Order: sequence, then structure tokens, then C-alpha cells
Amino acid sequence: MSNKLLEINDLYVNADEKQILKGINLKINKGEIHVIMGPNGSGKTTTANAILNNPLYTKKNGVIKFDGEDITNLKTDEIARKGVFMSFQLPEEIPGVSVTNFLKYAKNKVTGKPVKIFEFKDELKKYMEELNMNPKNMERSLNVGFSGGEKKKNEILQMLVLNPKLAILDETDSGLDVDAIKIVSKGIQMFKNNKNAVLIITHNTKILHSLKVDYVHVLVDGKIVKTGTQDLANEIEENGYEKYKMGVQE
Amino acid sequence: MKKTNLEEVNRNIYDIKNEDKYDYKIKKGLTLTIVDEISRQKNDPDWMREFRIKALEVYNKLELPTWGPDISELNMDEIATYVRPKTKLNTSWEDVPEDIKNTFDKLGIPEAEKTSLAGVGAQYDSEVVYHSIKEDLIKQGVIYTDMETAVREYPDLVKEHFMKCVPIYDHKFAALHGAVWSGGSFVYVPKGVKVDIPLQSYFRLNSPESGQFEHTLIIVDEGASLHFIEGCSAPKYNKVNLHAGCVELYVKENAYLRYSTIENWSKNMLNLNTKKAIVEKNAKMEWVTGSFGSKISMLYPMSILNGQGAKTEYTGISFAGKGQNLDNGFKVIHNSPNTSSVVNAKSISKNGGKCTYRSLVKINENAKNSKCSVSCESLMLDDISISDTIPVNDIQNDEVEFSHEAKIGKISDKAIFYLMSRGLSQEDALAMIVRGFAYPISKELPLEYAVEMNNLINLELEGAIG
Repeated sequence: MSNKLLEINDLYVNADEKQILKGINLKINKGEIHVIMGPNGSGKTTTANAILNNPLYTKKNGVIKFDGEDITNLKTDEIARKGVFMSFQLPEEIPGVSVTNFLKYAKNKVTGKPVKIFEFKDELKKYMEELNMNPKNMERSLNVGFSGGEKKKNEILQMLVLNPKLAILDETDSGLDVDAIKIVSKGIQMFKNNKNAVLIITHNTKILHSLKVDYVHVLVDGKIVKTGTQDLANEIEENGYEKYKMGVQE
Repeated sequence: MKKTNLEEVNRNIYDIKNEDKYDYKIKKGLTLTIVDEISRQKNDPDWMREFRIKALEVYNKLELPTWGPDISELNMDEIATYVRPKTKLNTSWEDVPEDIKNTFDKLGIPEAEKTSLAGVGAQYDSEVVYHSIKEDLIKQGVIYTDMETAVREYPDLVKEHFMKCVPIYDHKFAALHGAVWSGGSFVYVPKGVKVDIPLQSYFRLNSPESGQFEHTLIIVDEGASLHFIEGCSAPKYNKVNLHAGCVELYVKENAYLRYSTIENWSKNMLNLNTKKAIVEKNAKMEWVTGSFGSKISMLYPMSILNGQGAKTEYTGISFAGKGQNLDNGFKVIHNSPNTSSVVNAKSISKNGGKCTYRSLVKINENAKNSKCSVSCESLMLDDISISDTIPVNDIQNDEVEFSHEAKIGKISDKAIFYLMSRGLSQEDALAMIVRGFAYPISKELPLEYAVEMNNLINLELEGAIG
């Protein structure tokens, strides 16, 4: 059985007519944690949105395979149901829909099975305790009036409940204090096993300190310019992206 | 508790047309002879007969409103104002004729009665065909009956209140109502009696090219409390039907009344209903309204805060689809010091539907220390739908707190993408956002009605995405 989970080949993507991704190649195997780092505007968020086929982004070339299947042109919800999850940089607020009801509904859609309400609530409560979340948030409207940190933790909660095969975390660590970053890392550790994978998108390395990372990719101007291990992240933490930016010629 | 799965919901429930099998249907049109005939058919006492004739005179003198939606297609010569179903008033569900019973069965009325209501009335065309009330309420002196019975058996109470809150001079359709009214419910809750589970009346108009003119009169005496629910529906015919009912509510000192409505008239209905409440000292009147049906609706429930410290709240939602023009809103008059009103109005329009929030807030000179807060929110699901807000605020003293907030929004692509990334289809995502928008209103309804409202939203959104 193949260990390959995600495979991106020569992906070109435009946003608002502007070329953002210029030939991305990426392979992620089950059991791995990958990190994409890069300066602002390099195409990190576009990569995440392209995997989930956000209609606001246009694919010009390339193929995305997930679990051996071509998902390049599937609808976002179909991709989600195949087991891809994305934690949003700016999670949307949905008034009038409680966290519990939303997650119950989403879990039913993702698993295709009825959700047993008491079991589900217990599970939710357990995860919320682990993530140091206020249990009252369960009955609040999804993300409405949540602080930045609460929203991010709520994304991690959703990841744990929906239990995808691939979790893409888009800047989940940005804007968080040290304690909150620790909790997010804890959530990732709880989630991670040898059958699933995590793709962390970030521009700083704090979140990586408490995680065992397999690969680090440096994304600059729509291309992966270097791939390495945790050491590469440490090097960038010290020296920044200048060296890699200079390597890219218009 | 009644459980409804979304898959089971079917517009057909509302669109079932029974054969137009009536016992008596008056000729179309509106003349003295016809009004006289209705009165004779109904065995009115003399005072009521004279009242009807007076109302017809007023009707003939008044003009159609010069504002709001165009209702010129209404031709009273084509509307039958009185259709008596082929049955008498029944107090046992078993005695209701099969076809009528089936209709109400499908609408879930007897089921609701068993599980969560203190009393039920069901009107079919012009007459109430079924009425029941729980024994213990009768013992406490609560009266819940059809309006005709009330005219006969409680003439003093009826005479004192009938069309005093909504006078026939109010507007042309109030006068029309006075002339041809038929059916409806009468409720009296004696001093201090708390009716803790709701009473409900359900109105069904089956007969084509006809009008429904039910009269609802509710008196909640000092310190008493009540929740009353009305539901309305009709199958769709090609010609217009007219609904010009009248609701008069009297909320006495320290009393409490909540009046909830789920309106799902068919989309050929002109809904020109009039609803008013007179609220006395320290009493509270709450309106909860979900308005889904009708081709044209002009409906502005009104609270008149007559007593010191009287309070009112209006919570309403309108949902207009293709070909619908829903001109709804709320009116409040602050007539005494320390009165307060809170308005939370929402509307959803799609497929070229039009929703207008039209309101009046009047705070009189003597109404010192009064408070009024209005919030209007509308959601448009596409670029061809219309939403409008027309508030009139007339504030005649300085010692008031008044706020008005209006928001118009569209559903964002980002929110849809967010929900789709969690496995919801585009339609599911849209429906979830719309249900969430409507939640502050649906949460005010008893569970079955909240479920019905969500089902109506899902029905309305079917095929909303091309």
C-alpha cells in the first residue's frame, strides 16, 4: 500500500488575474509533518486555498492528487469529505449557528454517518478541556465575538473532531501568545498519528519548537526554492529570507 | 416531541387542494345584499348586523392606500367573501369531516395539540371547524372559543371590545373586515390566571377566489398571562385570494401576552391583515412573526402603550422569493411615561423578491423616560432581490432614549468557502447561514414551529444555487 497522501505537480495558480504560484511541486506521505515557510506574499495561503479548490483562485496548470485520486477540480466540500482540512488564518463568523450544532452537522457530512449526540458532546468537551477552551463557547455562535486566540483554538478543535487525513494549518500560530502557541502544538500532537499528515504554513518558527518536523520547504515568489529538515527552519529563524529572495530573479 | 427530517419536507403539504366542497358559498362581490346575506347565514344579533352594514358604508367611502405595494389587481367583484365548509363546529377531532381532517393532520395540528398545546382552534375557509381547550383551563375561567359563539354567549365582553382597538375607520380593509368578518377565535384569561402552555389557532383557506376574514379577539385580564399562536396556510390557485383578518389584543394592567405567527399563505394571496394591541400599566406585549407566504403582504402589527411602564417587543422575519412583495413592519405608540419598546426585524430576499420594513415609532409628549430601540437587518441572496427600510419616527419629547440601527448584507463567498471546507455542500452552507440569520427569531418560537420555520427556509432555498 502506498504511503503517499498528497502529491502536487507543477501547480500554477492565479488570484485576481495575478500569477501567484509558479510551478509548485510537493509530496507528503502519511505520518509526516511538513512546514511551508516564506515571506509575506510568497504564495503560502494561495497554496492552501488551491489544495481545497477555493473558487476565488484559478488553477492554470498542474495536478493535485490526494490518496491516489486526482482532486484538482473537485468541489471544496468533496475535497473536505475525502479528508482534507484547513485551519483558516481568519476564520469566518457565522451568527446564529452554535459551535456544537455546526460541528455535529459537519461531522455528519464528513463521515457520512449519523452523529450520536451524547458521545459527540463528551468528545467535544474532552477536546475543549485539552485545548483550555471555555466550555461555554460550545453554545456560542461560531466564531462570533471570539478573540483571535479563541478562533484559532476553535479551528484546532474542529480539526480534532473532524479527524481528517491531511490537516493544513494556515498561519494558525500568527498573532498568538506563547501559551496559546503551546496549546495549538499540543492539539497537533494529539491529532498526529502514522496514518495522517500535517502541513503547517507559517512565517515564524515558534510553533516548530515543540513539534518534530520532517520537512521544511521555503516558498519564495510562488516557488519552493529549498527543502530541508528542522535545521533549515532554525537557519531561517537566524538569518531570515534575504538569501532566498536574492536567488529569485524576475 | 414531533420530529421532522429535512428530507421529509415537501411543499405539497401546503399545496394540497381539497375539492371545493362547501355547504354554502356566497356570490362573488361586495354589495349590501351580500353583507346582509352573510349576516343572515350567520344568525347575527341585530347589533352585529347593523355593525356590518355601517362598516360596508365606511368601506365604500374609503380609498385604497396610496403608498406601499400595488394592489390594484384586487377586484372585490371576483372574491367570494363567505364560504361555509360542509360541517358544523366540532369539539371532537373524530367528528371533523375526513378531507378537512386530513389536511390538518398533514399540517400536524392534532399532533401539536396532543404534545404541546393547551387548546386548539382550526378554521377552514370562513368557519371554525374544530375547537378544544384543556379542562383545567375551563375550571380557571379561561374562555377559548370561536368568535361566533363568543358573540352569542359573551355579548357584553364582545361588544365592549369588538373593533374598538381596530376601528372600521382605520383603513379600507379594516372596514371590509367589519362588513364580512367570519370565524376566528375569542380568548379571555381572567385576572391572575397564568396559562403556561400556548393556545393555537390554525387558519386554512381552501376555496379558490375567496377571502378569509377571521376575527381574533384576546383579552388578558389584570396580572394574567398567555401565549397565543396562529398559523396560516393555503394551497395555490391561479386567481388571487384575499386575507383581511383582524387581530385585537387587550393586555390589561400587569398582564403578559405573547402573540406568535407563522404565516405561509400561498403565493397568490394578498395578505392585508390588521393587528393591534392595547397595553395597559406595567403590562407586556410580545409579537413574534415569521412571514413566508403571500404574493403581497401589508402587515404592520401595532402596540399602543397606554399605561405607565407598559412594554412591547417585536421580533419578526420576512422571507420573499420570486414574485413576492412583503411590506411588513411594526408600529408603536408610546402614550405614557416609562414605556419601552424593542424591535428586532429581519428580512431575507432572493430570486427578485422584495422585502420592505415599514415602521412607525411615535413617542408622545407625555411619554417621558420612554425607551425605544429598533434594529433592522436584511439579507439579500442575489443581485436581483430588493430590500428596503422605511422608518417613520415621530418623537415629541426630549426625555427619551431612542436608537435605530439598520444593516443590509449579502452572503459572503468567504463564509460559503469556510463552511464548504468542512464538508458542507454549497446549498447546505447557504441554508446554514440563512438559518443562523433567522435564529434570533426561530428561537422565540416553540420547538415544532422553529422546526417548521427552518423547514420553510430549506424549502425556499431549494434550487437557490444554479
